[in-house]
Amino acid sequence: MLDVKGVDTYYGLSHILFDVSLTVSKGEIVGLLGRNGAGKSTTMRSIMGLTPPKKGRITYKGEDITGQKPFRLFRKGIGYVPDDRRVFADLSVDDNLEIVFRSGKKWSKERVYDLFPALYEINSRRAGNLSGGEQQMLTIARALMGEPELLLLDEPTEGLAPLIVRDLEDQILKLKDIGISILLSEQNVRSALRMISRAYVIDNGRIRFEGTVAELEANEEVKKKYLMV
Amino acid sequence: MDIIYSLIPPGILSQIFVGLSRTTILFIVASGLSLILGVLRIPNVAHGSLYMIGAFTAFTVTKIFGEGQAAFWMALIIAPLFVALISLIAERGMFQFLYEREHLMLLLLTFAFSLVFGDLVKLVWGGEYKSVPVPAIFQGFVPLFGGLPFPIYNIFLLVAGPVVAVLLWLLTNKTKIGKIARAAAVDREMVGAVGINVSWVFAIVFVIGCLLAGLGGVLVAPTVSVTLGMDHNLIIEAFLIVIMGGLGNIWGAMLGALIFGITQSLGILVWPQFGIVFPYLAVVVVLLFRPTGLLKSTW
Repeated sequence: MLDVKGVDTYYGLSHILFDVSLTVSKGEIVGLLGRNGAGKSTTMRSIMGLTPPKKGRITYKGEDITGQKPFRLFRKGIGYVPDDRRVFADLSVDDNLEIVFRSGKKWSKERVYDLFPALYEINSRRAGNLSGGEQQMLTIARALMGEPELLLLDEPTEGLAPLIVRDLEDQILKLKDIGISILLSEQNVRSALRMISRAYVIDNGRIRFEGTVAELEANEEVKKKYLMV
Repeated sequence: MDIIYSLIPPGILSQIFVGLSRTTILFIVASGLSLILGVLRIPNVAHGSLYMIGAFTAFTVTKIFGEGQAAFWMALIIAPLFVALISLIAERGMFQFLYEREHLMLLLLTFAFSLVFGDLVKLVWGGEYKSVPVPAIFQGFVPLFGGLPFPIYNIFLLVAGPVVAVLLWLLTNKTKIGKIARAAAVDREMVGAVGINVSWVFAIVFVIGCLLAGLGGVLVAPTVSVTLGMDHNLIIEAFLIVIMGGLGNIWGAMLGALIFGITQSLGILVWPQFGIVFPYLAVVVVLLFRPTGLLKSTW
């Protein structure tokens, strides 16, 4: 589904990602784990075309998408949920969903509200006035309106209360069940492990480990050194 | 009415309402400037030139249509559209490549555009004063405010302002493009990441903003002599109004225009020689107490 090969990304002159490679296959949730500042968000932004890589190649469903504009990638079926949420604060919840570009009719507002009933209850509220958990739901809902086949979830549980994190995990697993592939970046390793099947560990802009959840669980060194668990 | 007149003499009331009708034009032009400033982040110094082009085009159109009844209405439609076309060409040909540049660059670029537009107007229309006739149905005066004559055209302006305000409200709150523009004003990157081609959103917003400048130019044309340099005063006033109201806030532009227009007309009554100073004093006072403007700035 998604194949990232040897990507180097810069912010201006500072070199952030070094030779990052990873793959996501259809229907799986893959974890991108690492500490704050390890390069998780930059990897997400590189894939989405927000910070295009200087080197390397990104292919999606067999097509080279390196350096393509974010709006084109969204229309090809890549949904992006940023770590700082970035709801359109001035607009109502309903309008946040309304303005998303839509090519098909598979995902309607009704269907999104079915998945997040709590959002329907507050659909006329100003998005900027929502709680963190509500905003997080809204950003995922917003990405779903574009009928994504691949979802880039950047630290969805960051700053949320444990109970809400549990809810969110259930909803993310539901998305996987309906066939959406997910690349999930997390600092919260315990939460991530409940959802993912494979993991990449990133540190200082380099991939330090890749393997299944069982392999990661068994690797005390990686866990201690890069994940602090 | 008599009670009101005992508080405010009819002469002053009449003066206030003439001031308010001028406010209409300031509001229409400033709201376009504010829209562009809020969504595209371009401080468009050439906005005044587009207003001037709107006025000159109105002159040509009314000439062509023989200064008859229909002429003004044709000008009211054609001139803003002509200005919109010019702005579309400027946006697609130039501005769209420069959105990521710093504001100083954009300021210089739009300033250059205002000089170029000024020279083009001189080439096409020449340097002499032009006048656009008041349309026949708005000619003359009606007795208002204790029988004092009030120009009918100014009543038309007083109606036009709220009409434009309502249309702008509908555009920004009820249409998809308006909602997208409001989202893009705050976070253009994220708007792109939900599949919207921001470049075209910017083009549309830019054209709508410039169309408002052109509309202001047509509306002002029958009340002033249309001349080179009419853009200079206006662009300064429009920027002050936008700053006073809160950058990028259309309703702030409305409030700012109201304050500007009313202090100007009252100033002339109170101290005629220094009348024009009052609106600028109002700006200073507003910014002393609310440095970011009266309403919420989108910057």
